Amino acid sequence: MNRFIQDLSEKNNFQPTHLLRILREVQAQYHHIPNAVIEQLADLLKISRTHIVSVIEFYSFFHLTPRGHYDILISDSITDNMLGKESLMTYFAQQLKVTIGEVRQDGLVSLANTSCTGMCDQGPAGLVNGYPLTRLTRPRIDQISTLINQQIPLEEWPTALFHVDDNIKQPDLLLNNLIQPGDALKALYQRGLPETLAEISQAELRGRGGAGYNTAWKWHLCYEGPEENAFCEVAAQKKQQRYVVCNADEGEPGTFKDRVLLNAYAHQVFEGMTLCAAIIDAEQGFLYLRGEYLHLYEKLQAVLNERRQSGLLGPNILNRGHNFDIEICLGAGAYICGEESALIESLEGKMGIPRNRPPYPVTQGYLGQPTVVNNVETFMAAAAIAVNGGQWFARVGTEKSKGSKILSVCGDCDRPGIYEYPFGTPIQTVLDDCGAHDVLGVQIGGPSGVFISNQEFARQLAFEDLATGGSFIIFNNERNILEIVNNFIHFFAHESCGFCTPCRVGTSLLKNQLTKIMDGHGSAGDVVALEELCQIIKKQSHCGLGQTAANPVLSTLERYPELYQQQLKKISYEPGFDLDGALETARRLANRNDAGAHLTQVEETYE
Amino acid sequence: MSNSITIDGKPIPFSEGQTIMEAATAAGVYIPHLCHHPEYTPHGSCKLCNVKVNGRICSACTYPAMDGQDILNNTQELTDDRQKITQMLFVEGNHFCPSCEKTGNCQLQAVAYHLNMLDDHFPLFYPTRAVDASHEALMIDHNRCIFCTLCVRASQQKDHKDVFAISGRGLNKHLIVNAQSGLLKDTDISMNDQAAHICPTGAILIKHTAYQVPIGERLYDHKQIDQVSLASETLKHDK
Ligand SMILES: Cc1cc2nc3c(=O)[nH]c(=O)nc-3n(C[C@H](O)[C@H](O)[C@H](O)COP(=O)(O)O)c2cc1C
Ligand code: SF4
Repeated sequence: MNRFIQDLSEKNNFQPTHLLRILREVQAQYHHIPNAVIEQLADLLKISRTHIVSVIEFYSFFHLTPRGHYDILISDSITDNMLGKESLMTYFAQQLKVTIGEVRQDGLVSLANTSCTGMCDQGPAGLVNGYPLTRLTRPRIDQISTLINQQIPLEEWPTALFHVDDNIKQPDLLLNNLIQPGDALKALYQRGLPETLAEISQAELRGRGGAGYNTAWKWHLCYEGPEENAFCEVAAQKKQQRYVVCNADEGEPGTFKDRVLLNAYAHQVFEGMTLCAAIIDAEQGFLYLRGEYLHLYEKLQAVLNERRQSGLLGPNILNRGHNFDIEICLGAGAYICGEESALIESLEGKMGIPRNRPPYPVTQGYLGQPTVVNNVETFMAAAAIAVNGGQWFARVGTEKSKGSKILSVCGDCDRPGIYEYPFGTPIQTVLDDCGAHDVLGVQIGGPSGVFISNQEFARQLAFEDLATGGSFIIFNNERNILEIVNNFIHFFAHESCGFCTPCRVGTSLLKNQLTKIMDGHGSAGDVVALEELCQIIKKQSHCGLGQTAANPVLSTLERYPELYQQQLKKISYEPGFDLDGALETARRLANRNDAGAHLTQVEETYE
Repeated sequence: MSNSITIDGKPIPFSEGQTIMEAATAAGVYIPHLCHHPEYTPHGSCKLCNVKVNGRICSACTYPAMDGQDILNNTQELTDDRQKITQMLFVEGNHFCPSCEKTGNCQLQAVAYHLNMLDDHFPLFYPTRAVDASHEALMIDHNRCIFCTLCVRASQQKDHKDVFAISGRGLNKHLIVNAQSGLLKDTDISMNDQAAHICPTGAILIKHTAYQVPIGERLYDHKQIDQVSLASETLKHDK
C-alpha cells in the first residue's frame, strides 16, 4: 500500500469531506490522480471510486492522465486577451516545444488555457503548478522556458516572476478605516450580541458577492431558523451546529478585489467571520479560497495562527466563552463553486453542483446544518460596522445601497487596480480616476453582469442601478464587441456544471450559434434564433450561472443590434446545412487547414 | 385549515410536505418530466417540469407546495419552452428513434410527442460516444443517456448498491460505472436490480429482449405519456 496516500488520508482523518484537499496533494505529487490511488482512497475513505472519479472529472485542476511536471496554465480572461495573451501563448508553445492543451513528449511540461486567474490588473497572467505568473512578456517567457528546460525547482525561480501587486489606487470608507485586530470583537462584547446585530441591521449592509441580500437578516435567519421555528426554545437553538463560510471563490472574470483584501486585510476579514460566529453561535468556519489563490494559503494560515495566539480565535475567544476556529479550503478550478450551495457541496468533498432550493443554506447548509455564506468584503464591512456603528456606514451611499463598494478596475485604462467608492458614484467618475480614454463601453459585474455603452456613463454604482460584485472592465474604441461577447460565452459554456438541461446544452448551442454569426455563416433568421436561445437559457436554468450566461449577448444585442445584423449573409433562403462546417472532421483527420480544405456555402457571384 | 394551491386556475389540495409535482399528480394533473420518478429523491435537473409559481419559474418536482400558490403549468409559453428543452436533449446525444430498440417505450420520445415536437430545431452535436456491451445481460448505449440520474438513484436507494454515477462537467458529463475496469460486466449489478430497468430512454437496455414486443404494440404507440404517467405514478406518490 502506498505510504504517501496512507499518511495523507490519516492526516485528513479519513474524512470524505476532505477529498478535495487530498486530491490536490495527490495531483501535486503525481501530476495526475493515478488509478491505483483512486482504488486506495476509495478503501481508506470508505467512498465509492465513482465518487472520486466524478470529483476528479468535475474540477479543472484534477486530471486522470498526467500533466507535465511543470503544468502551465494561461489565463483566458478577456483582459489577458486584450494584453496580447493569444500571441504570447503561441510564443510560449514554440519556446517550450509543446502543443497547447497537451503534454510535451518527455512529460516535463504541459501548457493549456484556464479561466480568469484574477490577475487582470497585472496580466497577461498564468499559473505554474498553481502559483501565479504575472505580467508575462516574451523575455519573461524565455526566462521561464529556460528554467523549465533546466528543470530548476519552482522554489529556486526568481521571486519576481511570482510577484503579485495589490494596486490599491483609491481607498474610501472601508480601506481608509481599517480596524486593529480584536477591536470588532471587543466592541461586540461591550455592546452585546443582539445590539451589534442591530447595528449591522441599521447599517443596511447588503452582501457584496453580487446578489445583495441583507446581511443582518441572513445572520438572523441562520440563528433563529425559519419563521415557524422562531419561537422554539433557546435550549434547542443552542444544540444546533452552525457554520460560517467566507466565499473567496472570486471566479467572475475581471474580479480580483477579494485577493487584495485577503492579502492586505486578512485580519479584518477573519474578524468579521468571528463576529458572525459569535452572533449566530457557530464554532466552525471555513474560508473557501479559489485554487488560483494558492499563493495566499501560507500567509493566511499564519494570520490564523497569530489570531489563535492572541486569543482572537480558537477556544474561549477573549475569555468570553465562545469557541470558534477557521479552516481554509482550496478550490480546484470551478467557477460554479462561487455559487453558495455549490460551494457547500464542494466543502463537503463533492462535485460543485448547486442544490435545489428551498432549503436554503441558512437553514440547511454545510452537512445539513444552518450556514451563513458571505463574501470576503461583506465580512470585512461587518467588522468595521461593529467598531464604528451602523450610522457610520448608512450615512454613505444611496437609499437602497448603503456604504461603499470596492471595485476591481481593469481593461483599457492607465491605472488598473482597486478602487473604493460610495454607492451612488457615477461610472464616469471611476473612468476619470483610473485614466480611461476613448471609451467604447464598460462591462459591469463581469460576464454575468451588463455591458453599458458610452452613452450611459452617468449611471450609478448601486444595487438599484448597476450592481456589481466588483468586476469593472473597460473597453476602448479599438475593441471588437462581438469578440468580447464571444470570450464571455465561451467562459460560461466551459464553466457550466452541466446539472440542468437549459444551461448544459444551451450554453454550448449559444457558443456555436454565435460563432456561426461571427464567421459570416448566419442568415436572416439567425439573430432571432440567437435571442430566442438566450431567453430560454436565462428563464429556465437552475442557478445563477445559467440565468446570467446569456447576458453578454442580450445586453449587447439590445445596444448594438446592427453589429449582429451586419454579420448576416444577404441571401433569401436559410441554409440548413453548413457545408464548410461539415468538413471539420475531415480536416482534422487529414491534418489540413489550408484554403483548399475549405468550401464556401454560396458561390461568390450569388452573394 | 385546508391547504390548497391552484394549477392553471384549478384548485388542488395538498398535504404538508408534498411537492407541487406530488400534489398535481395526486389530483390528476400531468406535469411533463423525465428525471423525476415518485419512488426516488427528486433531482430537478431536466427542467421539463418547470412551472410558474406566482410568476417565478420553479421545478415542480422539488418545489414544496405552499398554501395559496398560483401555478401555471399548461400554458403556451411553458409548452414552447419545454419543447425546446426536449429538443436540446435530442441534439445533445444521438437519438435515432427509427432504429432504436426502445422506440415506442421511450419516455424521451413520448414526451416529445406529447409536446408536439416535430423536428430537432437546434443543430445536432453528433457527439462521439461509446457503447458498453461487456455485460452478458445488459448494455449501456451512451449515445442515448440524458443524465437524468435515475439509474444512479435507483441503484443507491432501492438496490442498496452504487453501480452508477454521472461524472464530468458541463457538456462533458457522462455516465460511469463502479468498476476498476470501467466496464459494466465488472460491477455488481444484477438483472433484478431496479437500476437495470429504470432508464427512461434506451441508454440502459436488457439484452435479448429487443423486439419481443413488436413496434406498433408498444406502450406509447397507443397511449400518451400523460395518461401512462398519471396512471402509474399516482399510486406511488400516494404511498
Ligand atoms: C455562478 C455564481 C458564482 C458566484 N461566485 C461568487 C463568488 O465568487 N464570490 C461571492 O462572494 N459570491 C459569489 N456568488 C454569489 C453567492 O452565491 C452568494 O450569493 C454570496 O456568496 C453571498 O454572500 P454575500 O451576501 O455576502 O454577497 C456567485 C453566484 C453564482 C450564481
Ligand atoms: S444553470 Fe448551469 S451551472 Fe447552474 S445548475 Fe444548471 S447547468 Fe449547472
